Amino acid sequence: MPEFTPNIGAFVSIQKSDLQRVLEALKQAGFTLIGPTVDESAIVYGEIDGIDDLPIGWTDRQEPASYRIVRRQDEAFFGYTVGPHSWKKFLFPPKQRLFRVEKKNGSFQVVDEEEPAPRFAFIGVRGCELQAIHIQDRVFLGGPYQDPNYKARRQQVFVLAVNCTEPGGTCFCASLGTGPQVGSGFDIALTELDDTFIVEVGSEVGATMMRNVPWRPTSAFELQQAREALATAVKAMGRQLDTSDLPDLLYNNLEHERWNQVAARCLSCANCTMVCPTCFCNDVLEVSDLKGEQFERVRVWDSCFSIEFSHVHGGNIRPHTRARYRQWLTHKFASWIDQFGILGCVGCGRCITWCPVGIDVTEEIDAIRGEV
Amino acid sequence: MLNTITTATGPTPDAGPMRTHPARIIAIKEEAYAIATYEIEFEDPALKEAYQFKAGQFNMLYLPGIGEAPISMSSDPATPQVIGHTIRYAGNLTRAISRLQVGDVIGVRGPYGSAWPLEQIEGDDLCIVTGGIGLAPLRPVIYHVLRHRERYGRVFLLYGARTPDDMLYEDEFESWKQQGIQLYLTVDRADPSWRGHVGVVPMLFYLLRLDPKKTTVLTCGPEIMIHFVIYEAMARRIPKERIYVSMERNMKCGVGICGHCQFGPHFVCKEGPVFPYAAIEPFFGVEDF
Amino acid sequence: MKRKIKPDVKSKPKLAVFKFTSCDGCQLSLLDAEDLLLDIADAVEIAYFVEARDRRLPGPYDVTLVEGSVSTPEHIEQIREIREESKFLIAIGACATAGGIQALRNWRNVDEFINIVYAHPEYIDTLETSTPISEFVRVDFELRGCPISKYQLLDVITALLIGRQPRTPTYSVCIECKRRGTPCVMVSRGIACLGPVTQAGCNAICPSVNRGCFGCYGPMEAPNTDSLGQRLEALGLAPAEIVRLYRNFSGYAEAFRLASDAYEEKIA
Repeated sequence: MPEFTPNIGAFVSIQKSDLQRVLEALKQAGFTLIGPTVDESAIVYGEIDGIDDLPIGWTDRQEPASYRIVRRQDEAFFGYTVGPHSWKKFLFPPKQRLFRVEKKNGSFQVVDEEEPAPRFAFIGVRGCELQAIHIQDRVFLGGPYQDPNYKARRQQVFVLAVNCTEPGGTCFCASLGTGPQVGSGFDIALTELDDTFIVEVGSEVGATMMRNVPWRPTSAFELQQAREALATAVKAMGRQLDTSDLPDLLYNNLEHERWNQVAARCLSCANCTMVCPTCFCNDVLEVSDLKGEQFERVRVWDSCFSIEFSHVHGGNIRPHTRARYRQWLTHKFASWIDQFGILGCVGCGRCITWCPVGIDVTEEIDAIRGEV
Repeated sequence: MLNTITTATGPTPDAGPMRTHPARIIAIKEEAYAIATYEIEFEDPALKEAYQFKAGQFNMLYLPGIGEAPISMSSDPATPQVIGHTIRYAGNLTRAISRLQVGDVIGVRGPYGSAWPLEQIEGDDLCIVTGGIGLAPLRPVIYHVLRHRERYGRVFLLYGARTPDDMLYEDEFESWKQQGIQLYLTVDRADPSWRGHVGVVPMLFYLLRLDPKKTTVLTCGPEIMIHFVIYEAMARRIPKERIYVSMERNMKCGVGICGHCQFGPHFVCKEGPVFPYAAIEPFFGVEDF
Repeated sequence: MKRKIKPDVKSKPKLAVFKFTSCDGCQLSLLDAEDLLLDIADAVEIAYFVEARDRRLPGPYDVTLVEGSVSTPEHIEQIREIREESKFLIAIGACATAGGIQALRNWRNVDEFINIVYAHPEYIDTLETSTPISEFVRVDFELRGCPISKYQLLDVITALLIGRQPRTPTYSVCIECKRRGTPCVMVSRGIACLGPVTQAGCNAICPSVNRGCFGCYGPMEAPNTDSLGQRLEALGLAPAEIVRLYRNFSGYAEAFRLASDAYEEKIA
């Protein structure tokens, strides 16, 4: 075992079980480990203690409106595709108090939160998901105003990424260039082979966490195996999306008949926006005690599929499902580019899998293009 | 990505851009039925001193237990220590504000959004077209113009209200006229004392002789009115780059991170509410967009 | 303009709780508020609330909570009197807002039931239907659910005390379900669930224990029962099962009623 830690940018190989040593090092450094784990019917993200909590030997089958976990033939650690949760719930929680307000001497006072932000290590972030985090970075940190809650959590996140060799039936990250290989911005990236993990070190901290891990330089054969696995993954993806004519395709078809057809199917239930790792719309609620002395500003996930969302004096801008679905799709695939210089979709397929009636964004966009 | 290991406990997020600041009501003036102007000043002297806004921008007003709403400034931007908001009692917050008195405190954060392009349009004739409470975010323009009358050409104010009683700022009209603003007023329903026009605001364009080469249109009001204002202005060959529109959408955070006020590629709270028509033309009038 | 029910004078606003045809479960939500009950009693004068005490103070009442559906001729008179005595009337629960589970009789011949069930049918004086309070009087606010959520009830009472328009979300149960992180039972288990067409408020309690939503909060703001129905058929539900699913605690609410009627026609 070499006495020194691997350099940034280096590829080294470790025994799979030695991932536990990395996790131990992270815990020791004060991180709360968040990773994939089997919760009865799905692989979800929650607090984990070590590799025993990972969905070892599990995978999933996904198609529009359907998700099932099944046992694998092998004992792969990361042999599943992304599930109903995304990392956004840790960086941008579904419900979060922003601050309190207290009435005082005929006036009031804003009372800041006193709890420091939690310090997370994300274990098993896929390429599409890392891109989703980058996209939300632009939303919450890229403008003239920065969101302090997101920032406090984000700036101390440790990202242990995993190259995806297990794309699902609703995935299309290869079409968007967000996967299956992870892009930049990780501390450590793993590629899972049969008996080993190839570890790519992405940061100083990532290197530090390798301190107690026995490693050896990755062989050319292993690198070749990893390349092949990723190439196979690209081909195995269940969906594709042609992005060449976005955003104009959608802007030029705001009155397309397809919006009526999809509105007939769409439940306006907002599941797509809730599972989407980039959807950021939120509302701030005013919560008060019965005495009218103590108040809280509480931020919750909101959705453009609710009618109230577009409320203005005298009515709602988007009163029908047709208008709301159009808003969502044009936002993801057109106006997001204008707003943030980047597509709002990462091709993870969650909105397709978790739509209760299986509406498929790739199919909708193809239909508007006239290819269905 | 982390570059160094920070301490085990992270930073504590403060209220950040959502922090609201107590401001005291120093005057309330009834303007029309269920509409009043509230003059407020920040309790914090430093904030009161530092606060500035531009004509067309808005603040988020807040009451503990009730919530927030976006309200434009209707006062003179040259005297920002006292901030004026003309408020119609229509929603949850504004109804609660209607119960407040001088001396009561409300929360304020802002200013937010884009402004009328007052410097850019110097030298132009101004055609200000508005209806109802839409005059409120344009009154700062009028104050600015009056303060710098020499910088602008002819100034027309085309203003409509439902009835003569619904007209805002009527007591200032005479003074505006004397200082060279040409006022054209119209109502939907006249009463016996009414001497002005009856009908919709865009019809007032027919009374003007505008020079399309040097006229800028500033408009705010119901979307249907804006629609016809744009039609009339463009019929007079005023280029769409010189037609400025103040849009209404559901502004909730004011800082472009809650998503509610989206209008195509724009966050109305950030790039708006004031847009050159050219920027919103592809989306303006798309039904339910 | 003044909607604040808390008068400036010292007297506390009067709260009354009445019930019609129902199980009392929604009223119990008020008692279930436990730690906050003292605060409530502190903030309002409880003028009538049989579950808590016998005393009934005379009206008018500032806030009246009405539980239960209207199902007898006598009820019609009573609810009109209560309305006249009430400044702000809130219908609470599936019975008061949609007719309740007992509204199942609205699809059947009530006389037949009476003759089968009661030894002396002539003593029974009942209406043909069980319907919500809003069928008979103006209702200022409806709190859905079977039972209602104590959090929503407290929120509405607080709103009225503070002078805020009470507001509860009208979007789907799915939003609450996803916020709490429950994997969708329909997608991940194939369980029939009315969550996508049902109004939020329960914090998606049923899916969190691996059961499908049975729609007790009634239809959400834009219920697409046709599309969900097609999905339920694809999951293997027979039309008769879909009728039963929609015809539940809030089954007589319009959107659910029309959906179940449509599937009943399919059977016939």
